[in-house]
Amino acid sequence: MNNIVVLPLLIPLCTAVLLLFFRSSIKLQRMVSVIGQSSSAAACAVLLWQTGTGGVQTLAMGGWKAPYGIMFTADFIAALLVTASTIVAGFCLLYSFGSVGAERETFYFYPFFQFLMAGVNGSFLTGDLFNLFVCFEVMLISSYSLLLLGGTREQLRAGLGYMLINIMSSTLFVAAVAYLYGVTGTLNMAHLSERIAAAGQDGILSVIAMLFLIVFSLKAGLFLFFWLPGSYAAPPPAVTALFAALLTKVGLYALIRTFTLLFPGDPELTHSWIGWMAGATMLLGAAGALSSKDVMRILNFNIVISVGFAAFGLAVANEASLQGLVFYMVQDMAAKALLFLLGGLMIREAGTQRLDRMGGLYASRPGLAWMFLIAALSAAGIPPLSGFAGKLLLVQGGLQSGAYVLTAVALASSLIVLYTLVRLFMKVFWGTASERPTACSLNESSSPGSSRWAGITAGVLCFLVVLLGVGSEWLAQASSAAVLTLLDPTVYIDAVLKE
Amino acid sequence: MELLLALAVGTLFAVGVYMILARSLLRVILGLSLLTHSVHLLLLTMSGLKAGAPPLLGGQAESYVDPLPQALILTSIVISFGVTSLYLVLAYKTYKKLGTDDTEQLRGEADE
Repeated sequence: MNNIVVLPLLIPLCTAVLLLFFRSSIKLQRMVSVIGQSSSAAACAVLLWQTGTGGVQTLAMGGWKAPYGIMFTADFIAALLVTASTIVAGFCLLYSFGSVGAERETFYFYPFFQFLMAGVNGSFLTGDLFNLFVCFEVMLISSYSLLLLGGTREQLRAGLGYMLINIMSSTLFVAAVAYLYGVTGTLNMAHLSERIAAAGQDGILSVIAMLFLIVFSLKAGLFLFFWLPGSYAAPPPAVTALFAALLTKVGLYALIRTFTLLFPGDPELTHSWIGWMAGATMLLGAAGALSSKDVMRILNFNIVISVGFAAFGLAVANEASLQGLVFYMVQDMAAKALLFLLGGLMIREAGTQRLDRMGGLYASRPGLAWMFLIAALSAAGIPPLSGFAGKLLLVQGGLQSGAYVLTAVALASSLIVLYTLVRLFMKVFWGTASERPTACSLNESSSPGSSRWAGITAGVLCFLVVLLGVGSEWLAQASSAAVLTLLDPTVYIDAVLKE
Repeated sequence: MELLLALAVGTLFAVGVYMILARSLLRVILGLSLLTHSVHLLLLTMSGLKAGAPPLLGGQAESYVDPLPQALILTSIVISFGVTSLYLVLAYKTYKKLGTDDTEQLRGEADE
């Protein structure tokens, strides 16, 4: 029993409710948001330290013991992801101060932001399958609101598709939960794992596993990513950065939990499907990134590629690849957020997001250029930076298990990530701008002061990304500790059921 | 009884999917709510339909009804209620702003 487990969910929730009362005062809203976000980050850090030293931490809601009550369970991977997402979201919050505009700020941007964090952190920490659904919904409903806030034509159009897809997948989620409950009679994840292992993962359970694969793949953008590039291009960059850093990771985390804890029994079926889907995701994402001529779309397809890359680690599922997967997910949160924040700055500076109309930005913003180069190289996995170690471990894992084709695809996709981002860099920063449109096409406000503020925020995040690369030894150790519960479900089960 | 309910779930699901494929936004929304209803019914059916006393009251009955699916359905109904109302507002707003509720016409890149 440890009450800190629920704090990363509770603090954003309380902050959000508190923020509802200060609608008119933007200054106060910003202050309360920052205080809420930093105290949430502090709680996450404490939780991370406790799981690191004391093993899996659990909390039974209302004192109802597992498997009857709702459990919150923080093993090391959950604590690590919660900490990373809270810190990265903090940077998106700071960036949004100067960029989302006063209108959004008065219409509950910050409460929605905090509700989204509550949903994200809850999804990472919950130990109950139906509670996972509820946390997903909290996260998704806030993401609908953040996506739609502003109500431009493009946002409305994107919102319709985004909501439709997510409601469909949530419906399938409930259906899968219903089937699983009908077969096993429990929804506590540890208890489910035990019962599924005892029953043997036969036909009906494999079907349910595939249903969960479809549901979480839709959320993570694994193969079923057709909704992602269009809808993530609509909201302002601060929101897109938040989505890119967190939402697909939550889907990936759900996939990891499902296929290491609940359904590890039939890898011939499930994991080979994940492998195929990961390969196809990388190839299709690469094709999309190569053919796009718009800054945001290129970056969006890069999200898709990285989801495929991470899923490749799950498909192989040996120690090295899972360690690489955890490492990659944590660093990708920071790197993707940075890419999108810088993308937003570039678009603001150039006044357009069409690649063929941009150019010559290096003359006016050399700092931005260098930061983007660092972010791009990190995303591609160039050695001193943080992307490298994660990709190295994933590739090692792939080769150990003899998944040569998939490894080759993964390496090729890294090359394409490098190509698309460097092409983006060259087009935006080199050469001369042919014509500079005066009207800012992007739906965000801009003033010199806010631009400088956003630049500083991105700069600090960039420093953090570099730090993650230089200090990758520490993160590698952390992710090898995180893998323990993934490789051996009994650690997780014992912590929940034997208390 | 289970068979009957299973048929009802299947029919609702099929009708829901058919309506989501329609071009009018309002039909899509109605289809979505039918779909969620069918899933709730599925949740009820999958946990087994058995007669029994309310759980734990008095503690003397021979058999009890499983309370969990009902709690799950209640939660899910509340969520789908919220999401559906948000979607309705979005559809209305889209109709106001873009002047159409036909998904075929919504798809085009109007401002390019």
